[in-house]
Amino acid sequence: MAVLSFHDVWVEYGDKIVLEKVTLDVAEGAFVSIVGPSGAGKSTFLRLTTGQEAPSRGRVRLDGAPLSPEPGPDRGVVFQRYSVFPHMNALENVAFGLECKRAPILGKLFGAARRQAREEAAAMLAHVGLGDNLDVYPRELSGGMQQRLAIAQALILRPRILLLDEPFGALDPGVRLDMHVLITDLWREHGLTILMVTHDIKEAFKLGTRVLAFDKRRRDPQAPHRYGATAVYDFPLDEKKSRAVPAELKNIVAN
Amino acid sequence: MRRLLNVKPQGGLRLLLGLIPILALLLVYLTASSARHAENPTDRILPTPAAMASAVRIMAFEADPRTGEIPLAADTTASLKRLFIGIGLAVATTLILGLTIGLLPLMRAGLGPVVAAISVIPPIAILPILFITFGLGETAKIALIFIGIVPVMVRDLASHVGAIPEEQLVKAQTLGASTWLITLRVALPQALPRLIESLRLSLCPAWVYLISAEAIAADVGLGYRIFLVRRYLAMDIILPYVVWISLLAVLMDFALASLSRATFSWAHPARGR
Repeated sequence: MAVLSFHDVWVEYGDKIVLEKVTLDVAEGAFVSIVGPSGAGKSTFLRLTTGQEAPSRGRVRLDGAPLSPEPGPDRGVVFQRYSVFPHMNALENVAFGLECKRAPILGKLFGAARRQAREEAAAMLAHVGLGDNLDVYPRELSGGMQQRLAIAQALILRPRILLLDEPFGALDPGVRLDMHVLITDLWREHGLTILMVTHDIKEAFKLGTRVLAFDKRRRDPQAPHRYGATAVYDFPLDEKKSRAVPAELKNIVAN
Repeated sequence: MRRLLNVKPQGGLRLLLGLIPILALLLVYLTASSARHAENPTDRILPTPAAMASAVRIMAFEADPRTGEIPLAADTTASLKRLFIGIGLAVATTLILGLTIGLLPLMRAGLGPVVAAISVIPPIAILPILFITFGLGETAKIALIFIGIVPVMVRDLASHVGAIPEEQLVKAQTLGASTWLITLRVALPQALPRLIESLRLSLCPAWVYLISAEAIAADVGLGYRIFLVRRYLAMDIILPYVVWISLLAVLMDFALASLSRATFSWAHPARGR
């Protein structure tokens, strides 16, 4: 069953076309990697899904209902940077989602409700390997730990889909491998549906169950802005198939 | 040989280096003062420490026979009251306007231009308007302090709040936060340390406007006093008053800095040079 479906979606700024004719479905439980050269609309595609951007034509549906054109708690998100709140410690960062849901006026919980939220947040932090860093501010955490925190924060409200915008792009190679293990484990355990934009094509093929490559299908040398990008390749992957990067894809990403 | 920029003074040496310029200034003053007094024992321009001490005794420890009050205490109380009311109103206004202009595009479109326009008016130029509108009482003086510091503080806070990364605001929305909760839990806590910082920088202009207003129309206050005794060339009163004003300003600055460090430890990374 499709969690997220795009039907003939266009994004245009004035006469500049960024995305054209994007039609695809994302199945429940899929791990979709999105690759493509810079400026090929990967980020715009993700911004459509977060609700930061609305399509100028076409429809985006989440669970069959039109997607609201602003970010909401049905979609969790982790960006490359600035995803966590610098003025809250790790526990407060994760508990924030619970507080927003359960205390819409004060934004703070008290007494038993507060203890309950803190326990849930602490359990989620332990789950991503930050069980010993509950009262640490993000500034004092390493880049990898900050991303673990951002993931825990995004998962606390059990979103329908998790959107990752180059989540491991700023991390050291070793830390990146640890994060690959973490996100794969979380994806399996929680039965998540994940959309991940990445520059690293090996990462895309290693983690994804499906790889979408965005690029322009046609180019007009006189007016390059008049053709938009779309999903030009759509590779379903499964455990048995080779996860080697296909040759034709190496070319478009090298562009 | 180490490079000069890598030589860092520690402990006692650091204290000593800080004291040297202060002591040098004092020495220059004392030399000049005694030179003038050697030539003219009734000189009033650079009073001797003894003359200033006796002026301080009269101003700070003896009641004025006319009013029955100690002049320095009455002046300090009156000035600080004006300053604190003006600053308090300014901080409250800055918080509300800065947060909403920084966070809400609707407010930025509506209020941004008018705040920018008001902030280029030299506040002293509208002092006559304030005196005409509010009379010569306390209101005009408080209004001058308020108008003098609010536009700059609002613009500073709005730009700081506006610079909160979009990623944070999107993240908060995906965690179900409403505009109100984002204001309360995301923007406000990040705005407060910046507000304190900008208030510290605004303390100096606030004093300038206070003393200007008092110099022009008042019957009590630190600024009133120094401009009153100026007529008699009473440098023996003016200089201790200036030192006292500086001391009050330094104390306020120190209190604000300590408050910020104690309350918002996340905003003060431990580093030093």
